Amino acid sequence: MTEQNSSLSHLDLETPEKPFLDANELVINMGPQHPATHGVLRVILRLDGEKVLGLECVIGYLHRGVEKIGEHRTYTMFNPYVDRMDYVAAVSNGLGYCETVEKLLNVEAPPRAQHVRVILTELNRIASHQLWLGTHALDIGAITPLFYTFRDREEILKIYEKYCGARLTTHAFRIGGLQYETYSGFEKEVKNFLAFFRPKIDEYEELLTTNRIWVERTKNVGIISAKDCIAFGVTGPVLRASGVKWDLRKAQPYANYKNFDFDIPIGENGDTYDRYLVRMAEMRQSVRIVEQAVGALPEGPIMAKVPKVMKPPAGEVYHSIEAPKGELGYFIVSDGSTQPYRVRVRPPSFVNLQALDVMCRGQLVADVIAVIGTLDIVLGEVDR
Amino acid sequence: MVAKLKGNYGSGIEPLTYAGQNYMVVDRSLIPEILQVLRNEEEFDYCVDITAVHYPAREKQFDVVWVLYSHARNERIRVKTQIADGASLPSSVPIWTGANWLEREVFDMFGIKFDGHPDMKRILLPDGWKGHPLRKDYGILQQDNEWVQINLGIESGQ
Repeated sequence: MTEQNSSLSHLDLETPEKPFLDANELVINMGPQHPATHGVLRVILRLDGEKVLGLECVIGYLHRGVEKIGEHRTYTMFNPYVDRMDYVAAVSNGLGYCETVEKLLNVEAPPRAQHVRVILTELNRIASHQLWLGTHALDIGAITPLFYTFRDREEILKIYEKYCGARLTTHAFRIGGLQYETYSGFEKEVKNFLAFFRPKIDEYEELLTTNRIWVERTKNVGIISAKDCIAFGVTGPVLRASGVKWDLRKAQPYANYKNFDFDIPIGENGDTYDRYLVRMAEMRQSVRIVEQAVGALPEGPIMAKVPKVMKPPAGEVYHSIEAPKGELGYFIVSDGSTQPYRVRVRPPSFVNLQALDVMCRGQLVADVIAVIGTLDIVLGEVDR
Repeated sequence: MVAKLKGNYGSGIEPLTYAGQNYMVVDRSLIPEILQVLRNEEEFDYCVDITAVHYPAREKQFDVVWVLYSHARNERIRVKTQIADGASLPSSVPIWTGANWLEREVFDMFGIKFDGHPDMKRILLPDGWKGHPLRKDYGILQQDNEWVQINLGIESGQ
């Protein structure tokens, strides 16, 4: 059971109030098979009545040894495997991996490929946030948003399907650029989607933003301060909702994000409601980015000159991107052969999930569901 | 910054750059101090990742790597050290709270222990599992057959 260990003492953490004299502490188990844990996550809760005193996460149920597999596949062969980590944002995983290997090979994808990459990755951010919104709202008891978001997410998946034949685990990018040229009518369809989707965000917000039940269930729930976020290494919308204006697309631009205008939405209170607002604003910003990218799609090759058999020179590189969930990093060690000597994935969900304990302390059991939802974890990525 | 550290600690630190990324190879004995200095004096307040690499042919078999980021400087640095099989490292949980799970994963996958860690146990694999899968001598098809037989009731263990 999680004791209040000394390592947490330097955080801005309110210590749980003393239990009543007659209160019995209760330990209950949630998961691993539970509809609101978004996969197979087991949480052991220590309760005082309805109040959470602390919790411990038990993870690893989906561990497939992705990093080990990486050492036994060539650089090209490993590419589709990374899609299976965060399977709702497969395109982002692929982008991070391809860019890291490109760094090792010292090649850069041509401008047209970069543009298409940005378009697909930002569409994926929207799709990931839509899935998050639908399931998160469903967890809290609002059923309608799920139908709305899945209906609209379908349009993005259709674009993927037309582009590369796959809807979820797309394997859309190749090391050095793209395998496929865009299909005819790609630009028009993306533009149509943007025109279709923009009013939909207002529709989602109409359902929830001022909905009294939603507000009561999310405001002041699962608060985490900026200082705690940084101490825990929490990144992504969770960090930004606590008021830290930090986004890798701006802080250390990769792909060609520096060519596009967009803002980084931030919150103030670091509660579940603010994280909801930040993600809604991020969808709007993604629409902005895609609009600019698709409007100025350059002509040219889609693949850089890369050898058929890739043998990056011996060396090691850490490269990270802003995935929908936070900082997704790859640390690859090459020994000069066709296979990576070591592939390490730094998954955002894994690190963010660590903060669940401090975010839930002092909350009610029902709020644990809300906080797991608001962290937006994908267990495929936590366990790898 | 690296020049200053180099001046203070001399030959224990070797600053290097590869593909435009800075990292430093630090002697094992200097690790606790260097990490503390990086956190407190150089403002590397965000511990991005902790991981290890196994080189079975070497005398000191493991590279342990800390990836650090500073919000104030918008800068990354990697700290790397070599340790022998069976040797342990000081835990950096008192420096960065988020190091907790990352160190547990290094222990789980490589069997490197971190002294002073509040909860040094496996994280992804089951507690009773034998072996550390990311070591190079652990085969890709290998698993703890005994554990599988006992806990999952699969007789072949596969």
